[in-house]
Amino acid sequence: MRIVSIALAACLGFTLWADCACAEVPPQQLADALAKVRAVGPKGAGHRDAANAVKTLAHADADQLPTILAAMRGSSDLAANWLRGIVESVAQRAKENGQKLPQADLEKFLADTRESPRARRLAYELIASVDETAPTRLIPTLLDDPSLELRRDAVAVQLEKAETLKYDKAASIGAYQRAFHAARDLDQIKAAAKALRDLGETVDIPRQMGFIMTWKVIGPFDNVGEVGWDTAYPPEKEIDFAAEYVGQKGKVKWFDFATTDDFGAVDLNKALDKHKGAVAYAAAEFLADETQRVDIRIASVNAVKVFVNGKLVDERHVYHSGTEIDQYVSQAELKKGKNLILVKICQNEQTDGWAQDWKFQLRVCNEIGTAVLSQDRPTSKTAGRAAF
Amino acid sequence: MASRLRSTRALLELLVPTLCVRTHLRTLRLVRRTQSVQGCVATQSVVTRGAWRVGTPLLACAMLLVCCVGVFADDWRQFRGTDHSSVAADAKLPIEFGGEANKNIAWKTPLVGRAASGPIVVGGKVVVTASSGPVIQNRLHVLCFDEATGKELWQRQFWATGRCFHHPLSANAAPTPASDGERIFAFYSSSDLICLDLDGNLLWYRGLGSDYPKAGNDAGMSSSPVVIGDTVIVQVESQGDAFVEGIDAATGETRWHLNRPKEANWASPALLPGKDGRDLVLLQSAKALSAHDPASGEAVWEVDLPCAGIPSATPSGDWIFAPARGVTAFERKPGKASPALAWDSNRLAVGNSSPVIYDGKVYLLASRSGVLTCGDAESGKLLWQLRLSGTFWATPVVAGGYLYCPNQDGKVFVVKLDGDEKGELVATNELGETFLASPAVAGNAMYLRSDKHLWKVAEQR
Repeated sequence: MRIVSIALAACLGFTLWADCACAEVPPQQLADALAKVRAVGPKGAGHRDAANAVKTLAHADADQLPTILAAMRGSSDLAANWLRGIVESVAQRAKENGQKLPQADLEKFLADTRESPRARRLAYELIASVDETAPTRLIPTLLDDPSLELRRDAVAVQLEKAETLKYDKAASIGAYQRAFHAARDLDQIKAAAKALRDLGETVDIPRQMGFIMTWKVIGPFDNVGEVGWDTAYPPEKEIDFAAEYVGQKGKVKWFDFATTDDFGAVDLNKALDKHKGAVAYAAAEFLADETQRVDIRIASVNAVKVFVNGKLVDERHVYHSGTEIDQYVSQAELKKGKNLILVKICQNEQTDGWAQDWKFQLRVCNEIGTAVLSQDRPTSKTAGRAAF
Repeated sequence: MASRLRSTRALLELLVPTLCVRTHLRTLRLVRRTQSVQGCVATQSVVTRGAWRVGTPLLACAMLLVCCVGVFADDWRQFRGTDHSSVAADAKLPIEFGGEANKNIAWKTPLVGRAASGPIVVGGKVVVTASSGPVIQNRLHVLCFDEATGKELWQRQFWATGRCFHHPLSANAAPTPASDGERIFAFYSSSDLICLDLDGNLLWYRGLGSDYPKAGNDAGMSSSPVVIGDTVIVQVESQGDAFVEGIDAATGETRWHLNRPKEANWASPALLPGKDGRDLVLLQSAKALSAHDPASGEAVWEVDLPCAGIPSATPSGDWIFAPARGVTAFERKPGKASPALAWDSNRLAVGNSSPVIYDGKVYLLASRSGVLTCGDAESGKLLWQLRLSGTFWATPVVAGGYLYCPNQDGKVFVVKLDGDEKGELVATNELGETFLASPAVAGNAMYLRSDKHLWKVAEQR
């Protein structure tokens, strides 16, 4: 019986060891498995193949981490998360088994801005998990990085640096301006702008973020019983800024409205007076320097539709459920030259005190929030399509 | 570790016939027995008799291994517990805990980010979710801790694919995760659904927020998933997109999809145990309460009922207690018949937390007044009220005849429930942090998640 027990224990020990030990997955097998993970699509498409591929990838060696990270280039956000899960498991197992992460290769990967921004961020996190000098050594070099997360850390460092320069006003202003122009996150933009204004500097937040400040506005049209949501009033059928139409309470025509709000908020209760059960339209011409794909980021506490060159790019039939800057993000194609951005803003008939706002704010930017400005934006040169 | 243990189990299955102990192992199989205890349900593990007759070292070794392979009686696998009752009848928790001396705090471990989600306990592991981010909480975390020591075993992070906005008090990590004992299903306000094994290995990932990009509202979503059989059910209802999906637990593929009323709804689906062994899933909205086949989504019955949008219905034995018109109670009928209305009472006012049914009584916590209300479960008669204090979001739990009620301000009130007598407030425990999540109870311990820490409360001898 003792022999049997020893044999059993030995077998169990081997099983446990075999489960821990991992050899490198053959390159072709690794590539095939990564392709299956990258192929996952919406609504569970490709899941079975991807789930099987994950089992293969779980046995990858730590030295294969850069290859797995590289698979994030051009992948969907969904596939990036699958890959991230694999990377974290492989890295954890390597650490538990005393295996070193391939730090030099990961740093090379981080330095290559052609790679996926998220993959590069994850590479940095792996480096930082084994090298405590990483934040001070690497982050300050990433102020203009295409990774929003890496850039954010670098802007934070820059803001701290600016704070320490307060004894030297000129240097401090320079440091804050550098932070302001690099910043893409709202809180950092606000922090840098406040510091600059406190130092007596003029700051153009709308320009930094790409908010459209001048609009042509028309309304109100009828939205009693929310009938206006599905009703295409004349501005949806033609754009003629000289035309006059029959509105909800008489004749209406387009007029110019400019906001001075730092974040481009257009208050329709001020522009059109207070109306309930009403629809307004706001239109802006946008002169693009080239054909390009952009983010259209709108925020509104009212139901909204957004059209670019007559094409519906976003619609949100939601009333008074809160609002935040960049609340709704959609993508649109701008053609070179003149484009038309049209916003339909529907107010319902709620009587609650908190349901009286009728406003929106809209900006045009790239995927990490760098402003894309109309070529004819007044007072300063266009930023065009900034690299990042 | 789970895969290691599965390998071990596989090896055992291979070796055992050779070693001629198969019969003994069969007798060792842990049997889950469900017992009805005074109108509530308790789950217990017992070892069948006869196993102990064999005293060989091999058998003892095998038994130890079998016990290790993942059959744990003391799990709390989803929001409001494995059976959605919020009751751990036999648990023995300390009455007094916390304070400056951290009395009866077995451990307390810091947490990253924020969450309104509660902990779950699976196979000796405590799992919580969190979300973090500088402007919006678009980084999703799943964290796993050793139940005995509080040591972090692993953490995984992901990038949210859906809308991340929420009320400042809430978080993207608002829904409580769920488990089927082998997998963890972490769900977020952004409608990201992540499936991991118990060792943190990704099994699959669904971006329901990218599948349905209008899902979500700016208060944040909070409906927790439920696992019934091999289907994970998620309820996502907002003015933009509104649906319920049944998702294959093994593959992450959608088994069924129900379009739902486009209205904000934060309530969670609930397990409705089937009398005939066919469990159902209970769904509520501002229009109806309905029961569905978890495998197909097919509606078995539906009753018109304007259910509240935050608390969830509580099934208990032959009854269903819905948060509607105060509380509306139904008596279940056999087969596909709709349940019969038993009573409704607006004197039994629900708040944010869900009704708890214990020992023939309904317990309700008012959100802001801090009043605990007790009603008779059979008649709906108001029996007594007790004023606690503060704002309540968490659904309280019953353990060992006491009701544990964490409020937002970090006070955990302990109320002794004594038959028909009015409940007695026996302790007010100060933990000093913000508590939004419902606690988990496993064994003789309670796990609480604050905005800063995961706490284990257990009697310290």
